[in-house]
Amino acid sequence: MTGAEEGAVLRLVTPGEAIGASSGVRAGTGTLKQGNEIISTKLGWAKENNGVVFVDPIYSAYLPRSGDLVIGIVESVRNNLWFAEVNGPFNGLLPMSLAPWKVEFGAAREHMDIGDVMLARVQEVDEAHNIVITMKGVGLRKLKEGTVLDLPVNLVKLVRSDNDSILNSLKEVSDCRIIVADNGRMWVDGSPENISMVRDAIDLLRSSGHMNNVTNVISQFVEERRNE
Amino acid sequence: MGGYGDVQLLRDDGLRLDGRRLDEMREVKIEAGILPAADGSAWVKHGLNVAVCAVYGPMEAHPRKMQRQDRAIIDLRYNMAPFSTSDRIRPGFNRRSREISKVTAEALESVVLVERYPRSKIRVEIEILSAEAGTRCVGITAAAVALADAGIPMRDMIVGVASGKVEDTVVLDLDKAEDNYGQADLPMGILPTTGEIAFLQMDGDLSVDEFNLCMEYNMKAAKEIHEIQMDALRRRYEAKSGGAQ
Repeated sequence: MTGAEEGAVLRLVTPGEAIGASSGVRAGTGTLKQGNEIISTKLGWAKENNGVVFVDPIYSAYLPRSGDLVIGIVESVRNNLWFAEVNGPFNGLLPMSLAPWKVEFGAAREHMDIGDVMLARVQEVDEAHNIVITMKGVGLRKLKEGTVLDLPVNLVKLVRSDNDSILNSLKEVSDCRIIVADNGRMWVDGSPENISMVRDAIDLLRSSGHMNNVTNVISQFVEERRNE
Repeated sequence: MGGYGDVQLLRDDGLRLDGRRLDEMREVKIEAGILPAADGSAWVKHGLNVAVCAVYGPMEAHPRKMQRQDRAIIDLRYNMAPFSTSDRIRPGFNRRSREISKVTAEALESVVLVERYPRSKIRVEIEILSAEAGTRCVGITAAAVALADAGIPMRDMIVGVASGKVEDTVVLDLDKAEDNYGQADLPMGILPTTGEIAFLQMDGDLSVDEFNLCMEYNMKAAKEIHEIQMDALRRRYEAKSGGAQ
């Protein structure tokens, strides 16, 4: 035992801070083994689960992983492929063969042009962080209506936690279609007033996402809006 | 009377002109996350020095010739605002700011886990709003807090701190008069947890004993500033959350 509580939060740690002794535990994400200690490499909450000590970061950039659902924005088009901006360090490459349409060579632009938004999945990430994305799969498509909102990447897990409880309550109260992608983007489709309500909820999440009572804060928000 | 010329830098009672002891630092205040547009940011006030630092990324390194296949690069810009000193500074890069940008980036590369982000760059912007000697150290301290705030993995924080020699006496954290008229200046970038040194410059001459005393002062000050850095990062979240998640 390192002093980190089993499955629960220990404390807020800063980079370089010792979390505890390294004996008997493994160093998980956001940590490093240095000598006999496990140190944090990020600002976040130190936790321990099944003998793994890790740091749940307060803020993190999106790093694509194979299988992630992403909302991409077309940044450039070639004869047979598209480059989509996926909120990561590198653009995702969507080859013609992984698009949902039969595309003639040189006609890629007719299906999706610069600025178009798509729902795609990360097919492959290599060691140099090159990303290939695919639009072949259930539900993957070009997003023609609605709007895309930004959600901090580290809050995606929270929104989906507990069987999508926060997401479902937002969908119900706002009467919007919502898709939360792993890359910190959210597609929302509904009336402008309702989209604005979802935007307010995201602002609320942004300011209180790291708090212990975040679910209560969101429930209260949903309850207030429901009564309006 | 010592020092250079007729400038007296130590009082007869052994204290310095601003009333500090020889091993006393100027007051340091740090705030994290002050710029909403940046991925991470920090504001540092060290004496009369004020620095703001913003961190963006990791992002694809451009132009491509800058990319390193096995690691990220730190693209750092240190700049002094035209109004930061009593004489107006001509805006834009100059030899001094180019040098400081380079050495600061190299110091930060030794703490950031750059190998996690191949072919990427992490953009660090340090803007000195007010200058009173020791701005490169303040820049390093601010950059460390901004990097942590941006969620960039680091093996330790890094603290910039300087000491030097005035009137044949070693003093910690030189102010403007001591920097201008003193005999030596030793700015260092220190990893406070391990005590490693990531950056060291020396201007002027120090004997081995004086150098060791400067090191001792710097190490002690680094621990103090590190506490303030950690407090700034914690305060940002703990104040709002009222405890852990």
